[in-house]
Amino acid sequence: MTLLSARNLVKDFGGLRAVNVEAFDLPAGEIRAVIGPNGAGKTTFVSLLCGRLPPSSGTIRFEDTDITRLPAHERVARGIAYTFQITSIYPNLSLLDNVMLPAQRRASLNGTADAAARAAEALERVGLTDRAQEMAGVQAYGHQRLLEVAMGLALSPKLLILDEPTQGLAEGEIETFIALIRDVAQDATVLLIEHNMSVVMALAERITVMNFGEVLAEGTPDEIRANTDVQTAYLGG
Amino acid sequence: MKPDRALLLHLAVIAALFAMQYVLPAYHQGNLARILVLATFATGYNILFGYTGLLSLGHALFFAAGMYGAGMTMRFLDWPALAAFPAGIVAATLLAGMIGALALRTTGVAFMIVTLMFAQAGYLTILYFNEFTRGDEGFVIVQATRNILGFDLSNDDVRFVAAWLIFSVGLLVALAVVRSRMGRVLVAIRENEERTRMLGFDPFPYKLSAVALSGAYAGAAGAAYALLFGSVGASFASIQYSIEPLLFVLLGGTGVVLGPLVGAIVIFYLIEYAREVTTAYLIVVGVALVLLILFARKGVLGSLRRRTDGWLP
Ligand SMILES: Nc1ncnc2c1ncn2[C@@H]1O[C@H](COP(=O)(O)OP(=O)(O)O)[C@@H](O)[C@H]1O
Ligand SMILES: [Mg+2]
Repeated sequence: MTLLSARNLVKDFGGLRAVNVEAFDLPAGEIRAVIGPNGAGKTTFVSLLCGRLPPSSGTIRFEDTDITRLPAHERVARGIAYTFQITSIYPNLSLLDNVMLPAQRRASLNGTADAAARAAEALERVGLTDRAQEMAGVQAYGHQRLLEVAMGLALSPKLLILDEPTQGLAEGEIETFIALIRDVAQDATVLLIEHNMSVVMALAERITVMNFGEVLAEGTPDEIRANTDVQTAYLGG
Repeated sequence: MKPDRALLLHLAVIAALFAMQYVLPAYHQGNLARILVLATFATGYNILFGYTGLLSLGHALFFAAGMYGAGMTMRFLDWPALAAFPAGIVAATLLAGMIGALALRTTGVAFMIVTLMFAQAGYLTILYFNEFTRGDEGFVIVQATRNILGFDLSNDDVRFVAAWLIFSVGLLVALAVVRSRMGRVLVAIRENEERTRMLGFDPFPYKLSAVALSGAYAGAAGAAYALLFGSVGASFASIQYSIEPLLFVLLGGTGVVLGPLVGAIVIFYLIEYAREVTTAYLIVVGVALVLLILFARKGVLGSLRRRTDGWLP
């Protein structure tokens, strides 16, 4: 079953066509990586999907509903969560308060009273439980990245969009992160923008390669590795 | 269960304020009544500015709406004070809701300018309809009508208790609001609005509620001012009354529930003493603010809060 699809999705910034994706389909349950050189339009593309930016034209469907005109918060309510490439947390709140907000949102959407348990679980999954009471702003960069992911997890999304989550993480943290995403993928679809190719190869079932706002290639990791277009455009071959 | 330290502190402040009537000489008791009404105004303003991060320069209009809502219903409709007071609150809340719905299309400096323009337009409207509003010189509410359930609001002691009661209710409501789920979302919007939206919250209804709630406080304060001090006039819609709550909040501590009270006391007496020394007393207020920004940017209580592990709400 297709969870999310986009057709003829275009985003122009003035004269610059940052995104021009003819067709994109994401089956439920998949871990999909989006790769491409800097400025390829990856962040802009997923921003259109989650509603952070309105498209110039095109349509987006989620669970067979047209969500193109839905505001971001309503897409979140339907199960799309986005974690920012540029860390976007609440620096002056504790880690717990940071995850409490999405946990509360999910709890109230579900009509349950389990916000505190959700928040605690989200911190647990990224290994930040010990620091729950500390201020987010003073944490090491790697921990802030993990907090960003935890905020997404606390929403219990159907689709988790991660924008370069391992950027700035240490080797050991990346190992933990890979395990975490495998675990998340048990019950969510993951759309992962990633520069670190070993992370991509370890996680992705399929890879979408973007260049100049367009989809250059799409396939399994093996297919992408073998693709000569990709080699020249991206892998610097 | 752990005792609720924050609630106890606020109750203690409320009790201490009540006791002031037995301690203070009549002159200062009168001052404190006025301060408590203005602090109520600023306590609501703090929910908008301190907790939600929206800087309005137009709240004088809501203060005046409360004042005229109470004053006009008494003067033209002969409503009793008990009905006129809530009429003032309703008038201010509705006006704040309408202006908020328009002004919230903008953010930052534009929001400041739009709210300022609405307030100036309101101020001029009051003057334009001078025949009804007596905007220019103001009008006095007949003393005999200024009573509630047999209590004469023009009596010094009754006036003090009434001002104390309104402030106390306002303070406890503010405490409950900022510690509620809604309060946490307001702070989240202040800290990072885009993040908050991407966590599934629509910021608009929260911001609008904050504008309307602060408008209700302004209205309650304005209506109380009319009832307790008997005067109604356009000058209360002027820019000075929009700046005042902002100053109180800045000095006392933005985003601290007790901040506006501290700010109101300090600035009231600062102006009071400066007036005795010089006619250019506003310079003294200006200097105080500059010092504040240089040395205690978070205000008196904001600086204190950092030493209390942040438990002071
Ligand atoms: N808000 C914006 N306004 C103007 N140009 C933008 C904006 N956001 C991104 N761009 C441009 O769009 C292109 C794609 O950017 P982006 O989506 O961030 O790429 P990627 O995430 O693949 O590095 C870049 O050329 C970038 O400069
Ligand atoms: Mg990017």
